[in-house]
Amino acid sequence: MTNLRIFFVGGLISYRALFNWLNPWIFVPTLVVGPIFQVLFFAYLGRAAGVESDRFYVIGNALQLAALPGLFAMTFTITGERYSQTLGPLLASPANRAVLFLGRALPVSANAAAVCVIAFVGGAVLLHVTLPAASLPALAVVIAATAVSCTGFGFLGGAIGLRIRDAIVLINLLDAALLIFCGVNIPLESLPDWMRAVGEALPVTHGLAAAREIADGATLGDVSHLLLAELAVGAAYAAVGYALLRYLEQAARRNASLETA
Amino acid sequence: MSYLRIVWRGLLFLTKRNSTSSWFVLLVLFQPLIFATIAFYMFKSGGQEGTLLYAALGAGMMGIWSATLFGSGGLIQWWRWEGTLELAVGAPPPFFFVLLPAALSNSIIGAYSLAATLAWGRLAYGIPLQFEHPFAFALALAATVLSLGLMGLLLASSFVLYRHANALMNLLEYPVWVVTGLIFPIALLPAWAQPISWPLAPRWGIESIRDAAFGGPGMWWEVGLTLFLGLVYAAGAFLFLRLFERLARARATLALT
Repeated sequence: MTNLRIFFVGGLISYRALFNWLNPWIFVPTLVVGPIFQVLFFAYLGRAAGVESDRFYVIGNALQLAALPGLFAMTFTITGERYSQTLGPLLASPANRAVLFLGRALPVSANAAAVCVIAFVGGAVLLHVTLPAASLPALAVVIAATAVSCTGFGFLGGAIGLRIRDAIVLINLLDAALLIFCGVNIPLESLPDWMRAVGEALPVTHGLAAAREIADGATLGDVSHLLLAELAVGAAYAAVGYALLRYLEQAARRNASLETA
Repeated sequence: MSYLRIVWRGLLFLTKRNSTSSWFVLLVLFQPLIFATIAFYMFKSGGQEGTLLYAALGAGMMGIWSATLFGSGGLIQWWRWEGTLELAVGAPPPFFFVLLPAALSNSIIGAYSLAATLAWGRLAYGIPLQFEHPFAFALALAATVLSLGLMGLLLASSFVLYRHANALMNLLEYPVWVVTGLIFPIALLPAWAQPISWPLAPRWGIESIRDAAFGGPGMWWEVGLTLFLGLVYAAGAFLFLRLFERLARARATLALT
């Protein structure tokens, strides 16, 4: 029962307290206007370069934007606690760490999916991109899977936040790297082999490939292998991030560096 | 003279300090390289290899804007967090002269972005760095950096009262990249959207830089307009700072985050 409370109530309170994203002054600029303009920016860049269609950029950037809450919110899980001077008490508590961090990941995943949908709809409306209505339920499943996978990737950000004070800068770079390696704005075929290999090991790549195939008429069954790959990548990052979090927590206790990292 | 000394000494100190800040250097060097790489690949995929210098200049300017936006936009908030905002406001010189060197240093550091994207383009993609008018290019760049610094000052001044400055920073990065046509021709935008860029210095700055690099006809006019807008931003910032500082003191909200 305690674990359930930590998972649901703790996760929700942490989400509201640390991210402030329920405040419209924060939510609208960061998670509505910014994402839609990212879609527009790359669509116009694509037009200038004469590469791909607006639909390519709407789908690509909308899916990649799942990483925005996924990466940043999970990093704030640690850095925000440090700013609030509650990191020490949090890690001194006997709460089960897996439940603690997974509870924080749940609302973040929902938020990531919401940002995807906002960017999708906003970009599609402004750029007059249409998708077959029949593809929408399958796209919703792909968005949910990508949001979960990006949140798993965010565990790595949380671990980095435990070790590095300015983790948010690195997270910015990781987020931007997804734009290059995952086929978001550059067709994967145009990338050198080594970049494609890096992309295969990152979240978004497989989910995005699934979304593009579904938009072209594929069914959920046709892309199930891509969805499983996307979820597997996210789960792997979550496992590595969690292990790293536990290791760095112990190291921070030993070195008394929790607040000074 | 003492105000000039404050600005000059502040500029030297803050430029040195920002140059040693790992996050600032990461922001101004690596993020523009990522966007430059994306643009290079996209232009190459589109068979427009001749436009790679255009992309490098645009990605560099995007970096200058990001540094200005996050550096100057975050300035007031960081001083709040560090507990030094009241000291800076309470110092004898007008707050304008305390804030000015900080805003200018942000855009100067931002110019590292342009150097980085040009070097990256040359080393990784073999882009020839041949400018039609090298002297005019340097002048256009200096005018743009100065004007963006003053634009940052105007932003920072409005954030004295605005507690959610971080969110506004997130709001303005991509939209300004889009409406000012930093990396694609502004003519691609719908006709109704193009006038939005008229009062924005980055638009005239990048056009003057491109004209100097590629030999366009309107360079001097664009440099003049960039500098004129910089003066307008400075005047606006001066007025806003006087007004907002008084309001923040009266409402006792200066240090509230």
